[in-house]
Formats: sequence, structure tokens, C-alpha cells
Amino acid sequence: MRTQSILLVGVGGQGTILASKILAEVAMMQGLDVKMSEVHGMAQRGGSVVTHVRMGEKVNSPLVEEGEADFIVAFEKLEALRWAHFLREGGSIVVNDQRIDPMTVITGQAPYPPEILETLQAGAEEVVVIDALQLAREVGSIKAVNVVLLGALAQKMQIEKSQWLEAIRRIVPAKALELNLQAFESGYLGAEAALSE
Amino acid sequence: MKALLTGNEAIARGAYEYGVTVAAAYPGTPSTEILENVGCYSEIKAQWSPNEKVAMEVAVGSSIAGARTLVAMKHVGVNVAADPLFTFVYAGVNGGLVLVSADDPGMHSSQNEQDNRNYAKFAKTPMLEPSDSQEAKDYVGLGLSISEQFDVPVLLRVTTRISHSKTIVELNDPEPRTVKPYAKDIKKYVMMPAFARQKRIQLEERFARLKEYSENTPVNRIEWGDKRMGVITSGIAYQYVREALPQASILKLGFTWPLPDKLIREFAAEVETLYVSEENEPYLEEHVKALGLPVVGKDILPIVGELSVRAIARAMNGSDVFAGTRAANVPVRPPVLCPGCPHRPVFFLLNQLKLFVTGDIGCYTLGALPPLDAMDTCICMGASLPMALGFEKAHPELAEKTVAVIGDSTFVHSGITGLIDIVYNCGTSTVLILDNSTTAMTGHQEHPGTGKTLRREPTAALDIEALCKAVGVKRTFVIDPFDMEGLKTLIKREVAAREPSVIIAKRPCVLIVKLDEPLLYIDHEKCVGCKMCMRIGCPAISHANKKSTVNAALCVGCGVCAQVCKFNAFLREAR
Repeated sequence: MRTQSILLVGVGGQGTILASKILAEVAMMQGLDVKMSEVHGMAQRGGSVVTHVRMGEKVNSPLVEEGEADFIVAFEKLEALRWAHFLREGGSIVVNDQRIDPMTVITGQAPYPPEILETLQAGAEEVVVIDALQLAREVGSIKAVNVVLLGALAQKMQIEKSQWLEAIRRIVPAKALELNLQAFESGYLGAEAALSE
Repeated sequence: MKALLTGNEAIARGAYEYGVTVAAAYPGTPSTEILENVGCYSEIKAQWSPNEKVAMEVAVGSSIAGARTLVAMKHVGVNVAADPLFTFVYAGVNGGLVLVSADDPGMHSSQNEQDNRNYAKFAKTPMLEPSDSQEAKDYVGLGLSISEQFDVPVLLRVTTRISHSKTIVELNDPEPRTVKPYAKDIKKYVMMPAFARQKRIQLEERFARLKEYSENTPVNRIEWGDKRMGVITSGIAYQYVREALPQASILKLGFTWPLPDKLIREFAAEVETLYVSEENEPYLEEHVKALGLPVVGKDILPIVGELSVRAIARAMNGSDVFAGTRAANVPVRPPVLCPGCPHRPVFFLLNQLKLFVTGDIGCYTLGALPPLDAMDTCICMGASLPMALGFEKAHPELAEKTVAVIGDSTFVHSGITGLIDIVYNCGTSTVLILDNSTTAMTGHQEHPGTGKTLRREPTAALDIEALCKAVGVKRTFVIDPFDMEGLKTLIKREVAAREPSVIIAKRPCVLIVKLDEPLLYIDHEKCVGCKMCMRIGCPAISHANKKSTVNAALCVGCGVCAQVCKFNAFLREAR
């Protein structure tokens, strides 16, 4: 298998770390080599956050390079735009249709770019737009946005669905398990619907 | 058993597997999680020290007493710990000692980009550089045995991408944990001139033996490939080279001080063009050049920031693959003080009072950014206090307009001696200690002021107020920073006072002790659109169409906005 590169991008506090843990678990269950990289420190304070995940027979660099990502999972629209140039030709972006204003926008130093989804669609072969916040709310917690998005990513990756569900069972604590399984299902179906449109 | 571990988790695991009994550190990104994870192994005595020098000295004591010891810090922490390090190299160990230096190329969370490989050469310590988590764990064990074999502390140098990347690690059962007996030996452990001179000679003898070791250790190895291109590399750069130049011959160095001259010459002789691929300083390159070998390195690779697969491929292979197009005009998303942060009202007032502010290192350094915009300097841990005194000595007329701002953990780290200097040298500086009862920036570690140890067990809590009074600051006051009127009056009075003052703005970090207050909303009838509330830089408040709005999903009910609004437009929701 060719090395797969995935970038999870979002805003500090959105739960990218749990999503990347599940993703890495899935990869390990396939017997693949995995490397994952993220920068700690500023994450709690609402900054832009990114997690790199690479999986394959043998992975050297833990970092996804510009123009290399097979998939970008964006937890927020502006972050999708910020990292879109990391996508390879023919790669897919899964984007949560949610807007979180950065301080620079709040204070009026910069406008929030209009028509981000259109810009993404013009530049990438495939853009899967999901209202993950709404889907998470429907399954019972807005905190489940991360696993909803993972469900959407799973729709695109060549790994059996049962493997994802097993990875979630291994990683997510018992009390939040049922909710997260539902969140995954919801994202999985949501992406399917978005793709068939 | 296999596990996916960060380099930091792997180093902690190494401490567990290879018989470490004592471990000490001061938190600092990217090193913090090493001791946090060591703390998970109850067999190891793990502790936060007030600063890196103290952590190093605890480690030196523990090593001389006979225990295998690990001490960890970020790159700039080694500057603080350099004094004991340089002389401990003379004395040598009893139980093995590994010093982990976690460098931060690219300055993700640091004030400089120093390359601590240079410390190995400068302090004459052997150095190991792992290139993934497996090696990070293995090299802890290797480092401890080199330390004991050669009677010297060992530097384990990692970088952010090693510390914070997860890779697969094979877990083993721990070796038996024993502490050697201690035997008094003043010629070894008392570094007065007569004894140190003997040790100085031994240092060079030891260096020759280490050099021999470096030539033969399996962690320095050649991976032959296409001999038209030979690359010398170490650490994370090895992974980038493997990825960018899969065909090239590689001399992978895991033991990078002293360097294996014979092995380097042997490699160089076989390859057509010799390259060095390394992050930051030309540390390896200069050594190779000193051997008289022609080599290509920093003339084509960047010296600033992190290295990457792309940079190596472009520079050394001339290949330029598809790189996408970076979107234009994407507003930056810098980290911000959290909603409800107790630092926010302090910086709002410092800005309003137009004071010169010498700053320090912590979350509160964010107070330098707009809209708070209330900090003039930030150099290193503890610098705020002496710098305020320096301001005053240079411009006596500025004394009444200058304050030093420092957090509680940083004050304990290295602010206390600065405060003593202000008192001793007749300064009149006003010091604001922002006491949020934690080391917040690095992820909420305990410190001597919190009354809890690394494992969150109860211990004596440093009384910062009593300490300030004890060093001679009669004008020491404690106030809740959410009492903005009171704080403003106090700051104005104390900067005017012709003697030193300390104001302890005390309130726990909002991420630790959640507020239990009704949230705020804006009465749009009363909001006149003056945007005063936008000057506190709260992520929960936005402004559009001449009205401000509170985002209820982010508001935690601190009410700082209500205190700055002159039109009483902020109201609290009913319970």
C-alpha cells in the first residue's frame, strides 16, 4: 500500500486529538506502520491546530508535506482554506461547514473570507461538505463533531467500516461510547449523502 | 507488545525500562510530557523542580548518590542548568545520568531557536540523537550505560518533531532497579582547583575513549545505496532524508558527540558528492569541513526554521513536486487568552494606564498582542523584574510608569532573585505577580506555590505574599484581578510610591477552577457601539453593525466586559 497522508486541521479545543488517535488505531489494526505529529503548547488557547497522520508499509517522515495529503479533514472552514494547499492532486477535503471567527476577525483586523466552500471546490478535485456541528447535536453532544468528521473520512478511505467501529470501541471511554458510535454513523451516512448529490 | 508513543512518552518508558530511580524537570514545551509520563511509573521518584538548574542539581546529587537518573528540559532550560552541567562533567557520575534537551526548531513555542547540539561539544558531554520514538526509548538505556561506562553525564538531544510525533515502539519489561552504594571521594566530587585540574586532564583522556566508542557503536551506521550521493544526517532529519532521497547512501549518526572521524572519512571516500542534511546550525557540517572534506550543506539547505522532506528534495535532488497553491488573505488565528482568563483585566488596565510593561514567559505573554497590547519586553524566564529595575536605572523618570509582570510559576522559577535585587539596589519598581495557581502555558503543571507535587499529592505551599514581605517588600498586596476598580486604584498608587511594591493578582486559571456565574448578554438598546468591550480581546465578544454581541457558547460569565462598559449594556442571564 502506498503511504497515505492525512491532515486533521481545526481550532484548539475541537477534539482533533481524539480523532487522530482513533485514526492511528485503525491504521495499526491493519498492520500498517503509522506516524503522527502534532504541536502542543498553544492548543488550549484557541489557536490554529494541525495533526499529521501518515500510514503505510514503512513510514519515515511523520509530517505531511504541501501538495501531499490524500485527505484533509477540516474541523472549521477557515482552517480548511489555510491548509488546502497541502492536498495532493486528486485528494479529497472533508470540511465541517462551521465558522469560528479568529481574534483577528473579531477585532476587525481582517475579514472572514467569503465563499470559502466555493474556493475549496474550485481548487480541489473533491470537497465533502458536512454540517458536523448539527449532526453532532442530533446525536446528543456538540463535542462529537470530531467523530462525525471521522465517519465522513471513513466513507472515503479504503478501510472496512467495522474496523473503524472497533477502533472507536478501543479508544473511547465506555460512558461516551454509544454517543460516539452514533456520531460516526451519522458522519458516515452524511458523507455518503453529500457525495451522491 | 507494541504501542504508538510520542518521543516524550517513549523517553519516560525508557526511564522505566532501564532502571531510572530519580527524575526531575521544570515544564517547558516541547519537553513537558517526559516527566508527566515518568510520573505514571510509581517505581520512579519523579518531581517538578522550581527551575532547570535545581532539577539538574537534584539529578547530580541523585547520580552521585548512586541512582540512575533522568533530568529533562527544553532547550533554553539547559542555559539555566548549564552551570552544574559543565562542572558535573568533570566530576562524573556514580549512577548513570541522562540529560534530555528538547529543542524547538521553528520556535513553535519558544523565544529562540538555539541548537543544543553545541552544548555537547562545549560541555564535553557525549550526545545521542534519536530519530523516532523507538530510538528515543532505546537511547535512554544506551545513554545510561554510556554514562556509567565512561563516568560522564550524557546529553539526549531531541527536537519538537521527535518529542511530539507518535511512532510505534516495542515495549519491554523493566530491568531490575538498583541504587549503587555511595562512597565518599572528594577528589572526584569536590571540584576545587587542585582536584578539578586533575579532572581536566582526565576529561581529555576520556574524550579519546569516547571517540573510539563513537567509531564502533552500531548507532552510527552506514546505509549504502547509490554512491553518487552520500548524506550524513542525524535526528529527525534522517527520516526526511530517507523519504526525500530513498536511493541515496546515508551515514546515520545516533551518537553525535564525539563524532566518528574515521567512519565519516570512510563514507566520504566512497561517495561521489558528500552532503550533510541537518536542522538549524551547521553542527555536523563544520566538523566534516574541519576534517578537510568537501561537503555540501547549509549552502543549499536552510539554517532557519525546520527542515522538511520538500526542502531536502528540492535542494539535493532538484525535484519540485506539486505543492498546491496557498490561499491568499487567510486571516491568522493566533492563540488568545481564554474567555474568563484572570490575566485579561490586568492587561486591559495596564494598557489603559499607559504603563511600560516588562513582561515574562507564560500565557500572559499573549497580553503583548492587540487589542490588549500591554507589554514592552519578553526575553527569558524571570527577566521582567530585573529589567524593570534596569529601566528605572537608565531612566529614573520612568520609574513611576513602569511595572514588571510575571506569573506565579515563573516567579518561583527565577523571579525571586530579581525581586531581591530591586529591594537591595534601592529600586522603586512595581511588580505584578499574576498568580493563577498553576503553570498554565505548558498544560497546568504543579509548582512549589500550588501545594501539590508532580503526582498531585499534598505538600507545603510556598506563601508568595510572605516571601515578598520577607525579602523586604513592605508594600505587598493581594487582590482579585476581577476587582478591576480596586486593581486600577492599587496599580496607580503603587507605581507612584517611591519604594518597591508587589501586587499579587490572585485568581486560579479558569481552565482549572471553572466559574459558576450566569453568562452575559448585551442589551442592544443600551449598546451604543463604542467598541470599548472589544478592547479586552475576549473571544466571546464580537462586533457587527455597530453593536456588540456575546457568544453564549464561549462566554463563561467572568463579567470583565460588564466592568469596562460605560453604558451598562452587559446584563447577566437569569439562573
